[in-house]
Amino acid sequence: MNEQMQQQNKKLILRLMAIIGGMFLFAFALIPLYNVFCDITGINGKTRGQALYQNVEIDKKRVVTIEFLTNINRGMPWAFGSKVKSMEVHPGELNEVIFYAKNPSKSEIIGQSVPSVSPGEAALYLNKTECFCFDQQKLMAGEEVEMPMKFYIDTDLPEDITRLTLSYQLFNVTDAVNAAKGATK
Amino acid sequence: MGDHHPTGFTRWLYTTNHKDIGSMYLWFSFVMFLIGGAMAMVIRAELYQPGLQFVEPNFFNQMTTMHGLIMVFGAVMPSMVGLANWLIPMMIGAPDMALPRMNNWSFWILPFAFFLLLSSLFMEGGAPNFGWTFYAPLSTTFGPPSTDFFILGVHMMGISSIMGAINVIVTVFNMRAPGMTLMKMPLFVWTWLITAFLLIMVMPVLAGTVTMMLTDRHFGTAFFDAAGGGDPVMFQHIFWFFGHPEVYIMILPAFGVVSEIIPTFSRKKLFGYSSMVYATASIALLSFIVWAHHMFAVGMPVAGELFFMIATMLIAVPTGVKVFNWVATMWQGSLTFETPMLFSIAFVILFTIGGFSGVMLAMAPVDFQYHDTYFVVAHFHYVLFPGAIFGTTAAVYYWLPKWAGKMYNETAGKIHFWLSMIFVNLTFFPMHFSGLAGMPRRIPDYNMMFADFNMWASIGAFGLGLTQIYFLVIVLLTLKNGKKAEDKQWEGASGLEWDALPSPAPYHTFSTPPKVD
Amino acid sequence: MAIRRKLIAGIASLLTFVFNGVVQAASDLNMRPGVTETSNEAFNLHMMVVWVMVAISVVVFGAMIYSFIFHRKSKHPTPAKFSHSTLVEMIWTIIPILILIYLTIPAVKLLIKMEDASNPEMSIQVTGSQWKWHYKYLEHDVDFFSNLDRSLTEKDENYLLEVDNALIIPADTKVRFLVTASDVIHSWWVPDLAVKKDAIPGFINETWTSIPAEHAGKTFRGQCTELCGKDHGFMPVVVKVLSKADFKAWLAQKDEERIAAEKAAAEAAAQSWDMEKLMTLGKEVYDAKCGMCHQANGLGLPPAFPALKDSPIALGPVEAHIDIVVNGKSGTGMAAYGPQLTDAELAAVITYERNAWENNTGDKVQPADIQAFKAGN
Repeated sequence: MNEQMQQQNKKLILRLMAIIGGMFLFAFALIPLYNVFCDITGINGKTRGQALYQNVEIDKKRVVTIEFLTNINRGMPWAFGSKVKSMEVHPGELNEVIFYAKNPSKSEIIGQSVPSVSPGEAALYLNKTECFCFDQQKLMAGEEVEMPMKFYIDTDLPEDITRLTLSYQLFNVTDAVNAAKGATK
Repeated sequence: MGDHHPTGFTRWLYTTNHKDIGSMYLWFSFVMFLIGGAMAMVIRAELYQPGLQFVEPNFFNQMTTMHGLIMVFGAVMPSMVGLANWLIPMMIGAPDMALPRMNNWSFWILPFAFFLLLSSLFMEGGAPNFGWTFYAPLSTTFGPPSTDFFILGVHMMGISSIMGAINVIVTVFNMRAPGMTLMKMPLFVWTWLITAFLLIMVMPVLAGTVTMMLTDRHFGTAFFDAAGGGDPVMFQHIFWFFGHPEVYIMILPAFGVVSEIIPTFSRKKLFGYSSMVYATASIALLSFIVWAHHMFAVGMPVAGELFFMIATMLIAVPTGVKVFNWVATMWQGSLTFETPMLFSIAFVILFTIGGFSGVMLAMAPVDFQYHDTYFVVAHFHYVLFPGAIFGTTAAVYYWLPKWAGKMYNETAGKIHFWLSMIFVNLTFFPMHFSGLAGMPRRIPDYNMMFADFNMWASIGAFGLGLTQIYFLVIVLLTLKNGKKAEDKQWEGASGLEWDALPSPAPYHTFSTPPKVD
Repeated sequence: MAIRRKLIAGIASLLTFVFNGVVQAASDLNMRPGVTETSNEAFNLHMMVVWVMVAISVVVFGAMIYSFIFHRKSKHPTPAKFSHSTLVEMIWTIIPILILIYLTIPAVKLLIKMEDASNPEMSIQVTGSQWKWHYKYLEHDVDFFSNLDRSLTEKDENYLLEVDNALIIPADTKVRFLVTASDVIHSWWVPDLAVKKDAIPGFINETWTSIPAEHAGKTFRGQCTELCGKDHGFMPVVVKVLSKADFKAWLAQKDEERIAAEKAAAEAAAQSWDMEKLMTLGKEVYDAKCGMCHQANGLGLPPAFPALKDSPIALGPVEAHIDIVVNGKSGTGMAAYGPQLTDAELAAVITYERNAWENNTGDKVQPADIQAFKAGN
């Protein structure tokens, strides 16, 4: 193969490798891209992080039902629930709901709650100003705790959504946290 | 003249010759095909009747997983690369592939990768048992210890594919003989060129997926774990972003093969050459925006489901164009029905049937009733077996005379064809019905309402398996005792390999580029 | 001759395909229409697509068969020369697009309808785990696990499709299902209702159904439809429909049952059980609940399902043993049996595990011990 062809080949190979490297990074980029896409369109039921309560006009004419579900992932012995099963709220109004958790075991356990909203489209309009799900919760053996959650629903919630379900699944992350601590030592 | 070649075992270890490497890929893929097929026999033996007779459910899951992995990554993909290696240089008048040493390495990675994967069957905890689609968290959190070997095997095999794709693209772009413009290339070269682009785009995404799996398992990340802020559904998006183009990677070269064979035995040029090129390119482009049709039941918002449903149905259009063009090639031709033609015709008919079930699956509201049932298994086996595999089989019968200089026994070939035709339909057609009746995928045991369909499928499978052994015998006998082949074995054939090269093709061909008008 | 055989094969395959399309609704070969409005609409859409596909195959395969007969070399020695026709290509690009549009319109309508779970009359949380379903009625204090009934054999009509506690729902009611999972991805499917939704750990998905009153009293069966491990094929979905009145009565009955069970558990807990009683009940529970993973001989299927014979847990501190049975172990296949068994059953099975297979620790675990453990004492 002559010199010129080798040069041509080299250039093409470099271009192709750039595409390959780019696509490998793209796979990882899909994670934040997915989150951005879901954030903008709000279509997958994931709630955002902490919101600030803006004093908006409370839409007293509209009533939205919000119900609270809790479930426990495997290997998590805590009792976990909400004090009320559901609430009727007005969009724009700041509300509080209390959750409780108890660690009946003999050791310290760290829990992480993961929120999920149904219907997915409604997630965009649910704003939590205070939530135990923002952080991990550590409970000593036998410890019981009340965890408030404050939220308000946007006034521009689509008309056809009259009911929201907010579910929390509680995970035992003690091992993962300890492993991470061990790794950073 | 161009026929000096090294001898002995090291010939194969060190070869940079595209013909040698093509042969190695083809033999390797056939061995893997038999191994994957043996696993299918285990599956069909267990599913022959209701009740658990032969294997434990956990081992059954290992069989279905390994069967899928071996067939996709060990049989179909390498067989296509084998064809590319043998044919592309000859078809474009090039002396070899652009990067012959990388070509050698691309091949030799594979036996190591699959040795690793297969050895997982003997590891504690057994082989991967989470399906070839290895969804999280079943694979990340709950996978057996061998999962990490699976990840390494996938990385190795992925590197092989990527290097092979680079080689094809550089060869096709830079090494065509003077006068061979892109729109004069045989369609097989076009389909492989497009396949190579698909490969370099999506194999890295697969590599990313399994890397994320590895870090989730061992390095404290939580890409796919809700507890750490991740999402199991994210896994499916990233996987299928690779996975859907992957199935087109598996079929596009077969489209190319059939587009070479049908004109030869119709004694008529391929109908609509440029449409075939554009249709193939459209299919490849569209394949990037349909991935979530594998995920209709996952809880996707309606807007997403609608988008993916419509985009998926769109792919039927260029695919239909290709089928119509093949039919139009035969129309008013002068047809004979040698073995390669029989396999190619069966490809067109049976792949189209697979396409019909594909359109049905695309309709999301009805897909809820088909998803994860045997209806899907029927669909993809129709497009893969009478699709990709029949395409490769047709290619072997068609070009073996050129490769080996010997002719196969035509009667034996026809027997192989009819046995394959009967058994492939007997195996997979009943699966449409068991799926419609409600039988889920990936279960080792089932209710008696699915019994008859499973019995027929198992009988067909055993016959299909034996038929492949017959194919092996035919090929071996040809290589040993076959009649001498003509330089242009097929009357209606055209292309540089038939018009400008003897049979067998010499070890080195086109050291001087031919003139193409 | 080859041609005749091809012809026969061609016609045979065509007829097979046509035959499939011609099959009537109640046939064994076809998908079932189901019992709800949506399942019937899905069935109709399915049939519409099937007919369109049959029609296309008649045209396309018909043309091919025609060529095989009339354009074969012996009959047609001079091939035509054409290889191009823009008009024809345009026609066979546009017609498929029109056909697809024709199919898409009803599909879009039906999809939007199927995914609209708004304004339900009741809601049920469905949780998939390895390898059973859990149902919780959100408006009533009723929840229970639904396990495969393993007493049936492959000769029984409902083999692999029967459970100990079916999901009971009222007819003529829009019931919403909130589907999730507590370990890996599962999928909840009832073909007769055309309801299928994946159960994703950490997230909820919603779907719904409404079964017409005429089907009260019937039972509908489905299965898990996402590979979830060893017993993926062994976690059926069984839904029984009652009339609204019967459903009310059933709820009342469940209430009574719950109170009775609580009482019985308390009584059992107050007693002191002897070894023989514990081992007898323990073996019964073990064989029904534990043996499919840990095996009857206690040797398990390591490493996923550890052996219990000679195991550090069965021979070590009682409390750790109780903990793992009651709470399960995160990241493994060991589910939490605390909510699934009574205190007496838990005590018995743990005692059994500590003494069977020559483990012989001599330990006895009392129901009261379990109660105390759960309370955190």
